[in-house]
Amino acid sequence: MINFILICSLLFLTFSILAISYRLVVGPSAPDRIQALDALGVNLIAGVAIFSVFLRSVAFFEIILLIGILSFIGTIALAKFIERGVVIEHKRSE
Amino acid sequence: MPWLNMTIFIPFLFALLVPFIYKKFTPKIHTGWFVLVVPILIFIYLLTYIPAISNGKFIHSSLPWIPSYGINFTTYIDGLSLIFGLLITGIGTLVVLYSIFYLSKHREALNNFYVYLLLFMGAMLGLVFSDNVLVLYVFWELTSISSLLLIAYWYEREKSRYGAQKSMLITIFGGLAMLAGFIMLSIITDTYSIREMFTKVDSIVSHSLFLPAMLLVLLGAFTKSAQFPFSIWLPDAMEAPTPISAYLHSATMVKAGIYLVARMTPIFGGTAEWFWIVSGIGLITLLYGSVNAVRQTDLKALLAYSTISQLGLIMSLLGIGSAAMYFGIGDESEVYTVAILAAIFHLINHSTFKGCLFMVVGIIDHETGTRDIRKLGGLMNLMPVSFTLTIIGTFAMAGLPPFNGFLSKEMFLTAVLNVSQMSVFNMESLGSLFPIVAWIASIFTFVYSMILVFKTFRGKYRPERLEKKVHEAPIGMLLPPIVLASLVIGIFFFPNILSNYLLKPAVASILPSLAMGGEIYVKKISAWHGWNTELYMTIGIVVFGTLLYIYLRKWIRIYLFYPQSMTLNNMYNSGMEKSEDLFQSITNRYMTGSIRDYLVYIFAFIIFIIGGALWLLDGISFDHSQDASISVYEGGIVISMVISAVAVLLSNSRLTSIVAVGALGLLVSFLFVLFRAPDLALTQLVVETVTTALFLLCFYHLPQLRKEISKVRFKATNAIISIGVGVVVTIFALSVNGTKLFDSISSFYENSYELAGAQNIVNAILVDFRGIDTMLEILVLAIAGIGVYTLIKLRLSGGDENEGTK
Repeated sequence: MINFILICSLLFLTFSILAISYRLVVGPSAPDRIQALDALGVNLIAGVAIFSVFLRSVAFFEIILLIGILSFIGTIALAKFIERGVVIEHKRSE
Repeated sequence: MPWLNMTIFIPFLFALLVPFIYKKFTPKIHTGWFVLVVPILIFIYLLTYIPAISNGKFIHSSLPWIPSYGINFTTYIDGLSLIFGLLITGIGTLVVLYSIFYLSKHREALNNFYVYLLLFMGAMLGLVFSDNVLVLYVFWELTSISSLLLIAYWYEREKSRYGAQKSMLITIFGGLAMLAGFIMLSIITDTYSIREMFTKVDSIVSHSLFLPAMLLVLLGAFTKSAQFPFSIWLPDAMEAPTPISAYLHSATMVKAGIYLVARMTPIFGGTAEWFWIVSGIGLITLLYGSVNAVRQTDLKALLAYSTISQLGLIMSLLGIGSAAMYFGIGDESEVYTVAILAAIFHLINHSTFKGCLFMVVGIIDHETGTRDIRKLGGLMNLMPVSFTLTIIGTFAMAGLPPFNGFLSKEMFLTAVLNVSQMSVFNMESLGSLFPIVAWIASIFTFVYSMILVFKTFRGKYRPERLEKKVHEAPIGMLLPPIVLASLVIGIFFFPNILSNYLLKPAVASILPSLAMGGEIYVKKISAWHGWNTELYMTIGIVVFGTLLYIYLRKWIRIYLFYPQSMTLNNMYNSGMEKSEDLFQSITNRYMTGSIRDYLVYIFAFIIFIIGGALWLLDGISFDHSQDASISVYEGGIVISMVISAVAVLLSNSRLTSIVAVGALGLLVSFLFVLFRAPDLALTQLVVETVTTALFLLCFYHLPQLRKEISKVRFKATNAIISIGVGVVVTIFALSVNGTKLFDSISSFYENSYELAGAQNIVNAILVDFRGIDTMLEILVLAIAGIGVYTLIKLRLSGGDENEGTK
């Protein structure tokens, strides 16, 4: 029973990812796409978690944390790029 | 080391010493005096072989060079090679003596001159004494190279460089062809030794490589000996100093091809192909050279064309003589043996009188400052000795008594008359052409010989046209041509001494199969041979030749009708230019400088090679029995991956592409999770994020960021190529998956805990089982890091000049 529920959740997550990729492709603006990427990260966190339960394994728990951190960093970098045009600012050059 | 082999190396060893001698004694003593010792010593040493050789013995000695490949430096002296050895060293001595007086010790770079000359002498000796075909080839190329160096001795002149390049291209082209021919011969006979090939003649003639080998060897011989149509390099080689023209381009190097043909006659002779090619090309060359010599206005060019013509004569005699091999031992073959005898005899005669003539022309050039026939005239009283020498040389060349050319010319006419009666090799139909061509060519020979004497020495003396005050040359310069001229007369009166000691063993070595029974039959050479057709032909040559010479002004204009664009020289020049243009345009067509084009070639190559191999080798096989089932969510993830991949391709801005690539990376890492690879997924995530950040960093440095954003250029070729590569790789991967040849070795790594004390198999493999790979990958990262650091920090001043031009 629990396996069925887990697979169903994975399926819904897949639909969600497909929907996100629609937004990723169509846009229409860059912030839309970046938000889609961020949402994709969140969906992946959920997917990995469900899959770990499904496998009865703790081997993927680090990945969950890592996706959280990296998706945050990625979103910040992209956002900063849109805002300032650079990712790392060189104080010296100013 | 055996003495004989040592002899060949002496010139090379002495060439090493020449620069030191030059440095020490210049300008007190002319370097040539030291060099003179070498050819004299070798000449005397070779003379000691004459008694043994004339008794039918052979001298043979071997020195291992690369024994494991059967390549030994084997020297072999028989009649033929002894004649060449004596010519090389004898005329070499005279040429060195002549050059001492010809070349100034103050103005010329004598060290270069004598190093090249000795190099050539050694190479030529090695060529004629080698028994091993590959060693022969080595010496053959050495003669080409030293000839190149000598022609371009005055390298600051453009014509010298042109002549040197031309001669090198042609002779080395022929040399390479000859090498291929030799290799074919050694494949047929399984030996590199020429003597051993003689014993396997039967298997050579019936082999399928017989004709290619023969043609390639002949190509080498014809290019070296300036046969038609490869004769064009010889007139341009006249830019060399006159001693060199006399030595290389009349007496020795151009006869290397003759030597090769004579040497190969026992292997190839007796066949119709050999007979026709050798004698046919020889006769064409004879006619071509003599006809062209008449129109020359430069004395050396005239002599060059005359050399071409005489070489053709010798070549045709060798071809005619090879018919003796067909008939075997018997009366009939004796008729053709005379042709071989005539060839060798004329070869010696030609070396004497042509060497003499070149030296006299050099004297004229030296004393008057010009070689142009139109400027010269009336030198008879001013240069009586040179005049006498010219008379002797030219009359021998024209074939008049009492000079040695008369004897060999008569024998030549005998040979062509005999061969026209021959009943094999289709000679019934074309045989009558031989004496006609020979006779016409002889008339032209007579005409240009007369031009050479009378236009130079008779007529009006016009000092205003000459740069120098004319006087006779010093005795040292005259001595070598005097020696040669006295040989010219001496051979006429005592031909049979030469015949018995040198010609007979030479004929025996060219026709070994006929000399099996001991002595070979050689006709006694006599100056008077009765009232026969040959004599009438000679009288006809003199009469017609004189008439043509007297009315020369009337008909010389005929040459003007011949279009300049049809000359062989012009064809060579335009051929060179056009081929350069052609290859330039071909190269420009595919070397576009655009990376996109090169990638197209590379990927098309992948499609054709891998796809073609799969297709041709029946590699396409799909086996689905082992495949795992695909769950729905896996399919969904893959579909969204495809969507983001397509988004990368079709996006309008770079930022979209970056975001899509990032999404793709995340999805791939999720795929790793689904396939139970946590370490891979971790690494993939980190790398993906870092890459995205790096892309963003690059964006900052791209010029005019927002404006340059354009659609990915879509081109049909790109699409076809990329789809093709994708399809081929997919088919390839599926086929590989379908055909597993053996089980995986992964079961070994399952006991990593027992073997390596590790619970994580992936990490155990990375750092324990296959740790070296990891180490080197760390090295790769280190190199990449250092590379990035240096690229950023080490900005050379000015930067790349291409930068910012777009």
